[in-house]
Formats: sequence, C-alpha cells, structure tokens
Amino acid sequence: MSLDPATVRRIARLARIGIDESDVPALQGELNGILGWVEQLNEVDVEGVTPMVGTGHAALRTRPDVVTDGNCRDAVLSNAPDGVGPFYTVPKVVE
Amino acid sequence: MSLTELTIADAASGLRARKFSAVELVRAHTDAIDALNPRLNAYITPTREAALKAAQQADEALVKGEARSLTGIPLGIKDLFCTNGVRTTAASNILKNFVPPYESTVTANLLRDGAVFVGKTNLDEFAMGSANITSAFGPVENPWKRNGDDAALVPGGSSGGSAAAVAAGLAMGATGTDTGGSIRQPAAYCGIVGLKPTYGRCSRFGTIAYASSLDQAGPMARSVRDCAIMLQSMAGFDERDSTSVNCDVPDYSAAVGRSLKGLKVGIPAEYRAEGLSAEIAAAWQQGIEWLKAAGCEIVDVSLPHTKYGLATYYIVAPAECSSNLARYDGLRFGERVPGDTLDAMYEATRRAGFGPEVRRRIMMGTYVLSAGYYDAYYLKAQKVRTLIRRDFTEAFQKVDVLLTPTAPTPAFAQGEQSDDPVQMYLNDIFTVPASMAGMPAMSVPVGLGATGLPLGLQLIGRPFDEETLLATGSALEQAAGFTHRPAIRAEATK
Repeated sequence: MSLDPATVRRIARLARIGIDESDVPALQGELNGILGWVEQLNEVDVEGVTPMVGTGHAALRTRPDVVTDGNCRDAVLSNAPDGVGPFYTVPKVVE
Repeated sequence: MSLTELTIADAASGLRARKFSAVELVRAHTDAIDALNPRLNAYITPTREAALKAAQQADEALVKGEARSLTGIPLGIKDLFCTNGVRTTAASNILKNFVPPYESTVTANLLRDGAVFVGKTNLDEFAMGSANITSAFGPVENPWKRNGDDAALVPGGSSGGSAAAVAAGLAMGATGTDTGGSIRQPAAYCGIVGLKPTYGRCSRFGTIAYASSLDQAGPMARSVRDCAIMLQSMAGFDERDSTSVNCDVPDYSAAVGRSLKGLKVGIPAEYRAEGLSAEIAAAWQQGIEWLKAAGCEIVDVSLPHTKYGLATYYIVAPAECSSNLARYDGLRFGERVPGDTLDAMYEATRRAGFGPEVRRRIMMGTYVLSAGYYDAYYLKAQKVRTLIRRDFTEAFQKVDVLLTPTAPTPAFAQGEQSDDPVQMYLNDIFTVPASMAGMPAMSVPVGLGATGLPLGLQLIGRPFDEETLLATGSALEQAAGFTHRPAIRAEATK
C-alpha cells in the first residue's frame, strides 16, 4: 500500500491539520515508510482471533448518568483562548 | 553525604530523626535545579517558591508527629500530570499556557502523602518519542557522559526529564508515564529504576492522554525500595477512571528483599534480537547468573509474536492519539490561531500547536482508522495484540517473571540516530510488548558498558504482581551493587 499526494492531503484534512503543498512530499515519504514497515503484520495469521480492546484486566465500569462536577463554570472556562462572558467563541459558521 | 544523594527511604528516616529539616532537604534540590537545569533542561517549570512553602508545612507536620510516607520528600512531576494551578504543558506549544483547575489523581495521592513537588519535568511532546528530543521546550541532556567524551547524550523518552532529574539529584524521585516504554527506557539510559505498573493499577485521571489503552503512570527513583514507596502512594482504585481496577494494593515495601528461592525466571528467546549490543547481551547473561545464585530457576520460554509488537504499537497508539488529540482545537483551551472559518481555525491551530512527530502520529492514526483501511490496519493490529497478550499469558503458566534487556543499546548522542522515524521507534523494541499486553514491568540498572554508560535489565511480571518485580529487582540491584553516579550531578557541582 502506498499513499499518493492526494491521499496525504485528504488525511491532513480529516485530521484538521493544515499543511502546505511543500509539506506533502516529506509527509508522503515518512508515512509510506511507516506503513511499509507495519506491512510485516500481514505475515501473522489472525484467523479466528478476537481483537483486543483495552487490556482486559477488568470490564469497563459505568456510572449513573448524572452531573458530578457541577458549579465550576469559571474553572471550566478558565483556559478558554477567547471567551466572552460565560461563553466560548468560535468564528462565524453560518453566513 | 549530600542531601541530593540520599534515597527516599533514608531521607524519610533522616527527617524523622531531625538530622535535617524538610526545608533543608527541599532547598538542596531547588538549589541544584537552579544550578543545573539551565544545562540539563530536565524541568520545564521549576516551582521553587511553592516547594519551599510546602517544605515548611512538612516540617510542621514532622514536629507534630503527623508525617506520612513521603512527607518532605522532593519529587519531580512529569509535565503530563495536571497539577492544580501549576502550568501543565505536555511539552507542547498548544498547551504552553494551560493551567489546570484540577489535580490528577496520582499527584493528589502523592500530595496526600506529604510529597513536595519541585517542578514539572520535561518530556517528549505528548509523550511521543524515545529520546526526549521532540519537546517544544527543547531537548533534555542526559547527565551521564561517555568516557572521555563530552557529547550531549539523550536521556531516553518520553519521561526523559524525570529520568535526568532523578539521576542528577534534581529530585529524589519522579513520576513518569509509560505508553510503550517511556518509563523503562529512560530509566535504563539514565541509570535509575523505573516501574510501569499493570494497566489499571494507577489512575489515569488528570494525566494528559496519548494512547488510552496503553498509558500508565509509574515511579522513577534511584532504588527499587524508593520505587516501592512511591508506587504505594500512587496506586489505587479511582472512580473517575473507568479503566482503574478495583483490587487491593499490597504492601510493596515488604516485597523488597523478599527471598527468591524457587522463583521461576523466564528467558524469552525472541529478545535475542538483531541490534542487541554485545555489552547488553553480556549484562543480560550476568543478570541470569545473579538470579540463579539468588535461588531462582531459569527457564527458557518463547514469546513468538515479540517481533510484531512494535508494528502493532505504531498502529494502535497513533489511532488512539488521533482520537485523543482531537480535543486540541483552539476552542476551549490551548493556544488558538485565528482563521476565517471554523475549519481554517482548527487547521491553523493544530499546525502551529503540534510539532512534527505529533502531527505525523495523528495523521498515521487518522489514516489507519479511515474508511477502507480500518480492517486492514487497526482491526488487524488489535488481533495481533491479542496474540501478543496470549504469548505472555502462556509464558506465565510456566514462570513467575521474565528477564530481558530494557533497550537494545545504551544512550546515544543527540542527532546521532537517523532521522528515519522507524529507526527511532526501534529503541522501544523490548519495552513495547509488555505495554501491549498491559503487564507490569520495570527496569533496573545493573552495570556500566564499555563506554561508561549505564545498562538496564527489564523484568516483566504477571498482571497486578508488581511485588515479584520489586523482589526480583531488589535482588538484581543488590547483586549489581550499582553505585555509579553520572558526571553531571548536584553533588559534583559543589
């Protein structure tokens, strides 16, 4: 499997990482190097093997669906890069 | 002996016997940081004033007889643990001004037991690296030197700042996190002890996530006993981490020095891999002899999927990181780079905020999870991961603990290894399999190589059997009599 420049641009877009056209060749080379190397997993017979999610030392616990950290609005907002009053701001998304 | 050369165990008794005060002990370390950190760069954020204030409170507790296990002990905290009111950066520009309004469970546990934090230690950006050269705050220098050579060596990664700080006497112990070897490999490169507990033993709450199914916090210190003391405080069930395992925390210090008579030690054939340096192979053989002499039975075992550990890791970890790091979008916290549209803001923010290694891993992860490639890469890797765990489970039916090298070579110089990411990833070849399987593992320094650099051996144990690691590690430590100290250290600057 080998990534072409269009795929590199598409991955960057999906990952929301801005890239310049001049970044594409280097990224293509590095990602292809890693992907070529992980191809060795094709040697392994995984027929009938259950995929491992987490390490299986314990079942995931659930908790009641209730608010447990209420009344700390100011703490939650304290690191907002651009806030107005009790709100986060974003660039306009609807014209 | 200088206060910066003491073990945690000896300092704790010294404080109780009033041989010195907590303020004196902490000041010795903050002075050492002032003197050496400009060179070593082991700390991103030293916290001298807060530490001295905490030391005064520790002295008051000591006077009142209210001291706990770590009262007055100066520790470094990897800058991946959120600390309430103290900047926590993950060594990334995207979090360079992030001040958490809450405390991670592990650091809260250490504070509960009286520890004094002297600063936040440097690391690879978001813990992604094996040499501590990807930090946005610059590389860390290993305090060790090759014989007759002043080249700056890497401390290993990602907990390289913690390892360098402990080795150089800028902290008595430090927290690390280990995703694929990030505690054990830097411990080996810096000649200290590092323990990655069983996945689920220490809470991950408030630890900045890299790869959630692998990340685990653990102690780094200059002796096995010190690691036991720190782990005692760090470990335990936490409601706030859904992967925290609710089982009893045993008395770890009691395991240190325990008899090894009849213990079965497995030697996995597959760890005699290509690229293993001759001196590390020799240290491994020496370790086998020492454990034999301590009454262990040596058993050859096979972990047939060992060679696939790294390739599996470099699918699973990036997949999880691409998901975990999606939260850094310039919206709720972190540095924002403005853009005309929401997407343009995301893209500009993430390009400016993340370094090349982090961007590369996010993109790898995005690709292996993308439509059309999920089964070929991610699902396949999860299945291989099952086989890697099965190897360990089968081996542990025959033996109690495994002994292997920690890293294929001693520390290397900054810029000495190739720019090829795959070459850099090979440093973790011996540590990654235990991480994939969630097993506890530790690195113990056992000697110096031909160039005068420390060599570490790794012990891998059964799930939740950190006690056997500590018992076996202390036997290795005792037999090795590792008292070597690095060229650059607090004591040597006096």
